[in-house]
Amino acid sequence: MKTTNRNRAASVSDALCTLYESYGFTQYNMSKFEAYDLYVRNKDFLISDSVITFTDTDGKLLALKPDVTLSIVKSGKDVPDVVQRVYYRENVYRISKGTHSFREMPQTGLECIGALDTFCLFDVIRLSCLSLNLISPDYVLDLTDLTPLSALFARLDLPKPQRDAMLKCIGEKNLHELRALSQAASLDTNAAKQLEALVTSAGKARDVLPRLEAVFTDDESKAAFDRFEAVLSLLEDAGLGDRIRLDFSVVSDMKYYNGFVFKGFVRGVPHSVLSGGQYDPLMRRMGRTSDAIGFAVYFDELERYLSDDDPYDVDTLLLYDAETPPATLERALQAIRETGVSVTAQRAQQTALRCRRVLKLENGEVKTVYEHA
Amino acid sequence: MNMLNIALPKGRLGEKAYAMFERAGFPCPSIKENNRKLIFENEAAGVRYFWVKPSDVAIYVERGAADLGIVGKDILLEYEPDVYELLDLGMGKCRMAVAAKRDFRDDRRRTLIVATKFAKIASRYYASQGRDIDIIHLNGSIELAPILSLSDVIVDIVETGTTLKENDLTERETIVPISARLIANKASYKFQSEAIGRIVESMAKQLEETT
Repeated sequence: MKTTNRNRAASVSDALCTLYESYGFTQYNMSKFEAYDLYVRNKDFLISDSVITFTDTDGKLLALKPDVTLSIVKSGKDVPDVVQRVYYRENVYRISKGTHSFREMPQTGLECIGALDTFCLFDVIRLSCLSLNLISPDYVLDLTDLTPLSALFARLDLPKPQRDAMLKCIGEKNLHELRALSQAASLDTNAAKQLEALVTSAGKARDVLPRLEAVFTDDESKAAFDRFEAVLSLLEDAGLGDRIRLDFSVVSDMKYYNGFVFKGFVRGVPHSVLSGGQYDPLMRRMGRTSDAIGFAVYFDELERYLSDDDPYDVDTLLLYDAETPPATLERALQAIRETGVSVTAQRAQQTALRCRRVLKLENGEVKTVYEHA
Repeated sequence: MNMLNIALPKGRLGEKAYAMFERAGFPCPSIKENNRKLIFENEAAGVRYFWVKPSDVAIYVERGAADLGIVGKDILLEYEPDVYELLDLGMGKCRMAVAAKRDFRDDRRRTLIVATKFAKIASRYYASQGRDIDIIHLNGSIELAPILSLSDVIVDIVETGTTLKENDLTERETIVPISARLIANKASYKFQSEAIGRIVESMAKQLEETT
């Protein structure tokens, strides 16, 4: 039967779950509610800082989940040399930027937690590419490693407002204001050049990597670029190299994120539809010794994209009158259903219902009223 | 062929910005016709322009209806759209400033009443000063507010200062300099990178030549 608008998003979500299971990730189910305290302690980690709260019968303050990762991190245990691989399909509750009111937002994503080696990092980044490919083969993944940036900021030791303003400029590709900030902070030529390179060096990962390697020569950055090179080579071997852009505009809050961070885009959707990265600092803040990487696919951003191509609510509308015996109606409906199309029966045509064709049941015979190609 | 959609602010600023796009190799002669059309297309050059209200340009770009747009820094600071800010075009220069009646003296023992169209910019500025304020949101003729004792001060765009002078107001502090910026939708930047890259490069060169 033809896929309808309503279930196209669901079928993509199903396909993502099947994909994650085939790569050894197991489904993680969780309660809709979580102790509010968890979010207060990690407020900056949340995309929107408002949370829907309510008091439980025992007086405990609970929240409707605004995020899934924190719950997974909280409930796990660190086991040496074991990597926990879980995926989830959950609704989260956040403030929508457009309406400034709470919305239920469906998310599908995964987390990989434990002693992560290069393969684990590659595996998750590859799955983010494969996830995007399931949404549309016309996708790109912006990938970067935050290490050179965090090493530079550690060396510069700037006040937080200055550092935040510079990060904002990098995220906006705002070279003119970044230059002004560098000048105001009296940065040395090399540091200013490195900061500028983070904005000007963006594009196909294989082309951009050598340009950054030439500018960031400290040991920490060198190690990060070696790791980036190793993961990129594996992605290229998997046939995904052309889809990877190296772009520092995906910078995230370094209080929670480190190492690889990434965002996925598909043609036709104006925002990123997938976001992820390594969040070891968050793990430490929550008392965990393991490393972690994960990502989420945001279905609220995909809503329009995944529901644009079907002009009909139902394939066939069968009109019948009050005299039609129910058994005759059922036989006619069943015969139409067996041809593999969706069908509904009404005694009058509704203007709100979009159907490809309208049939009429008259004296036990089905006649065509009209039919679109 | 993928058309590049460009949102231009209606008015003189938009016309000047269009001239820069034209010099960058994206002409659309029909835009110069004197009519009330809002959309102009040059299929051969792969570009489509549309005129929108200046304060709406950022929304068109953020939501992907336009790939590129020209917008004042005041709008970017106020609405904080999730876009790339690629160039400062150095045109439409003015400043966001605090103004008050000539005889106004700030009494820090009480809340300062600020009239403005730019509530976020004003809030951020006074928060950075640790000053407690109350905001009256107005949509126009902001200068009237202190004259009629509706507010203590105003936060507004000042270009030459003539309107302030004529209404017996003085500029007291500059919050931030403002000029027109070239912005891009984040997703478009990935999928139209070649065309956007050419425009940014050419415009940057044009700016260098004029300074």
